[in-house]
Amino acid sequence: MLILIVGAGRVGSAVAKQALEAGHEVSVLDQDPLSHEQLDKDLVDTWEDAGGRFTVGTALEVDALVEAGIEQADVFIAATRGDNTNLVVAQIAQKRFNVPRVIVRVADPARAAWYAEQGLQTICPTQHAIDLVAKAALTPA
Amino acid sequence: MYVIIAGAGKVGWNLARELLSKDHEVTLIEDDRRRYLVVEQELEHAVQYGDATELWVLERAGIQRADLVIAVTGDDEDNMLICQMAKEKYLTQRIVARVNNPRNLQHFKLLGIQPAVSATDLILRLIEHEVPQYGLVQLLALEGERLEIIELEVVQGAAAAGLRVEEVPLPDGCLIISVLRDGGGFVPKSDTVIEAGDEVLLILDPGLESAITPQFTQSTAAA
Repeated sequence: MLILIVGAGRVGSAVAKQALEAGHEVSVLDQDPLSHEQLDKDLVDTWEDAGGRFTVGTALEVDALVEAGIEQADVFIAATRGDNTNLVVAQIAQKRFNVPRVIVRVADPARAAWYAEQGLQTICPTQHAIDLVAKAALTPA
Repeated sequence: MYVIIAGAGKVGWNLARELLSKDHEVTLIEDDRRRYLVVEQELEHAVQYGDATELWVLERAGIQRADLVIAVTGDDEDNMLICQMAKEKYLTQRIVARVNNPRNLQHFKLLGIQPAVSATDLILRLIEHEVPQYGLVQLLALEGERLEIIELEVVQGAAAAGLRVEEVPLPDGCLIISVLRDGGGFVPKSDTVIEAGDEVLLILDPGLESAITPQFTQSTAAA
């Protein structure tokens, strides 16, 4: 299974390493060449030596997406820092490249909810934090 | 008409001014605090501070009753999403989006954001209008209505040169709507004679260009 991850931040790179370890083919796209360090961190060798792929490019560049393997991808994860970039690139993956599973990180709970209704698989870290904090604070001791 | 404009840059601010002077109701939304304070000096309550990609900001601006939403921020992703939410969530009748990077135009189309206006493309078209070296200039494409208006220069010896408008062999779905001659333009009648050197404007169904263009731009004179 080929997993394409756009955005090699904390979430993107950690998921990338887990997926690679689980035996999947993993390709990461990020506009910052230095983000590669996030991928190398905690590995014995480099990310590439471990079998991973890395492409430098911005998410909306079709050429970069194709180079990173979007046409073969089974899973697409949009995990850049920007909600708006994530929502647009996820729709490109879904509507233009017909990637079977598209997962998109959205920090804003309101839009995460609305785009989920529109058929995107959104994950909202903020909503999870709200739920956990509220539960921790409000559960009787 | 109630208009919401996202982005108070040069384009957004001036659009707001023009629309206000034509007695429309306008709300301009700007998410840069310093820019907002500058614009607020002039537009006062017609400008609101906030990120127009957030639903509550759009709702505070009254997007439910907006007749037109214009997204002209400097960020294409923002413009796409603002228009997408306006159209699909709030059912705004009309939207207009600005395309900053012409390479992103394909993404606007993919998401159904129409019309998407790219300054680069507009200037390119103007250049082609002034220097019609390609023979055909597309002046306007109404993609929703599936119509376009093109401009053709009639070359010496073209099949159409010297013919009356009614005699020019044109396919169905196409009409000569204007002739530009000697620095002026007029609407031709069926007996108007097309001359070499004229520029003619045609309205047509997209896809007919290749059938029409040769009548005006290919010389039939024997070599």
